[in-house]
Amino acid sequence: MSMNRRSVVKAVAAGGALMGLSVLMPRAAMAAWTKAAFEASEQSAAIKALYGEDSATESPEVILDAPDIAENGAVVPVSVSTTLPNVESMSIFIENNPSPLAVQFMIPEGTEADVSTRVRMGKTTNVTAVVKADGVLHRATKEVKVTIGGCGG
Amino acid sequence: MSMTRREFARMMGLAGMAGMLPLKGNAAGRQPSDLYEVPSFGNVRLLHMTDCHAQLLPIYFREPNVNLGIAGARGQAPHLVGDKLLQHFGIQPGTIESHAFTYLDFNAAAEQYGKVGGFAHLKTLVDRLRDSFGSDKTLLLDGGDTWQGSGTSYKTRGMDMVKACNLLGVDIMTGHWEFTYNQNEILSNIQAFDGEFLAQNVFITEDALFTSDTDYLFDDFSGRVFKPYSIRELGGVRIAVIGQAFPRTKIANPSRFIPDWSFDIHDSYLQELVDQVRNEEKVDAVVVLSHNGMDVDLAMASRVSGVDVILGGHTHDGMPSPTVVKNSGGQTLVFNAGSNGKFVGTLDLDIRNGRIQDFRYRLIPVFSELLPADAEMAALIDDIRAPYQSWLNEELAVASELMFRRGNFNGTFDQVICDALREVGDAQISLSPGFRWGTSVLEGQMINMERVLDQTCLTYPETYVREMKGSELKLIMEDVADNLFNPEPYLQSGGDMVRVGGFDYVCEPNRDIGQRISEMTLDNGERIEADKTYKVTGWATVGAQSEGPAIWDVVAEYLRDRKEARVDKLNTPVLKGVKGNSGLADYGNDVIG
Repeated sequence: MSMNRRSVVKAVAAGGALMGLSVLMPRAAMAAWTKAAFEASEQSAAIKALYGEDSATESPEVILDAPDIAENGAVVPVSVSTTLPNVESMSIFIENNPSPLAVQFMIPEGTEADVSTRVRMGKTTNVTAVVKADGVLHRATKEVKVTIGGCGG
Repeated sequence: MSMTRREFARMMGLAGMAGMLPLKGNAAGRQPSDLYEVPSFGNVRLLHMTDCHAQLLPIYFREPNVNLGIAGARGQAPHLVGDKLLQHFGIQPGTIESHAFTYLDFNAAAEQYGKVGGFAHLKTLVDRLRDSFGSDKTLLLDGGDTWQGSGTSYKTRGMDMVKACNLLGVDIMTGHWEFTYNQNEILSNIQAFDGEFLAQNVFITEDALFTSDTDYLFDDFSGRVFKPYSIRELGGVRIAVIGQAFPRTKIANPSRFIPDWSFDIHDSYLQELVDQVRNEEKVDAVVVLSHNGMDVDLAMASRVSGVDVILGGHTHDGMPSPTVVKNSGGQTLVFNAGSNGKFVGTLDLDIRNGRIQDFRYRLIPVFSELLPADAEMAALIDDIRAPYQSWLNEELAVASELMFRRGNFNGTFDQVICDALREVGDAQISLSPGFRWGTSVLEGQMINMERVLDQTCLTYPETYVREMKGSELKLIMEDVADNLFNPEPYLQSGGDMVRVGGFDYVCEPNRDIGQRISEMTLDNGERIEADKTYKVTGWATVGAQSEGPAIWDVVAEYLRDRKEARVDKLNTPVLKGVKGNSGLADYGNDVIG
């Protein structure tokens, strides 16, 4: 297949828009508790509101990719993937943001658990990915540095 | 582990090592011309220059007396200054080499040995090193920071240096300050460059893929803007050279010039490339031409395996011999070749049976008076400079003492810049970036506009004067200190501490961010308070363009008035917790604990 990168990205984006519908539907059904999670001002509370518990354990099978230093704190690329089977959802938390929960992805059965998004952060913070698979919570955390920049030699 | 000559000899099982700087005892009897008689060794010669910052003519450049190593870097190369550096590398004090590699007795030694660098002299040396070894077996690699730093590179948007590098015969380069022109200018500079411009770690942003014309991309699928590596056959073997541009370019410099490109270190991508060239391209050796900075190169060498040699720049560390880093694939030799056209790294490799068997290295200082100028290059430089001579040559003020910048904190030239900003902008406080470029002016010499441009010439020179709260000032100081002193090299951004005028402070490099800077006190003795507002001036803002005049015009105005460049008070901080650090000597303020 001779698809160049640009058309791949565009195809993925189009697919993503369709997938968005399936993401939205369960969220609408569970609107009450996701609202509390997205509005929580503290990370542990947000995780509890989202999953009913904050019992996630560090897992090397959760691959969190984010830069060591953000080039632009307003749009920091973050990717989460996992090899864990039966993934139900993947969520990303920005600890020092006013509302730490940035996004939750519902992963329909048979979907590859590999998501990317961009998040905003005002200052240096831990970024945490929580993956729910087979009913169990797993996590990975990485610090992303936000600097005022300048003064490079 | 940084390797002293003795350790190296032991490791390689050799009685001595030809081609390195002489052992004590040999140096005294040598004629200076011996510096340039380099015996050939092996079957491949890599010549390495880096960070010349567009200095086409010979200049003076004083090496630092403050280059602190923090945490794991303490006491290690490159964080060695003065006598500590000489001892570590086995260089005899009082020799031409000790002058080249250290700040010791700089003014007197500079008067004795003369200026360094200059492309016409560099050309003579490079040609000699090529011809003596065999042109077909030699590569000239340029680590970047070549197309910025002078008045002529500013006026020609880097094209003067492209021409000079073409005539010099640069085969391969990577970049950093090359990215401080606009995207389309960078691309046309690279188009005009006869060599290859490599960078494995520069990618198109996803936004740009949708919205911009990206036909210039090297590789549409990976998103790489530039070619990542080049395979060269020379001396009967195959060598891969991988380019690593400065990974923090969009943080340290204005991102507005290069909105469509994204940079980072990208260890995992580098590892993929190394594995690819080894397994598929069947190369005999892998070289990374890097602009990471030496601390980052040392860390990267421990994390990525299969790289034989890292030829590094950015941090301007003139290291006479490499540091050997062990990793899961064996070992990597990490070099750094100084700055300002002052040195040419000469690495001879004996490559047989698919691997590097042995090597010889010399970081050769380019003393202009010992190397005749190449006529063709001299003529090109004359042509380049002709339209700008009256601007460059305007005499401004006499240096009442040695003027320099390089070092972790305020140099004398920085102080003059900070004083000029405060006086012209009528401000209490001034801030000036801790760049590592900027040439030196000897005591009693005339500072002309060109020397001011050496210190200030970038593509975002506008100054500002604005109100700033004490808390904001503290935040800036802490942020820059963390970019310099964070114990994790990947979290450093290169560059030295921001230079300040009008206030003093205490700096404790070993502490965490938020706790390194204390006791900020105005020159009149008043403590700077978090909630109080101060009038602050500065230049080189990366976020958005400032409104004020260019910094070189501000400094020139101040110097024209004064007729003498003098430092009445050096606002260099009191240091805490770094006593005995091998990267600190002859410090201009108190060192506590």
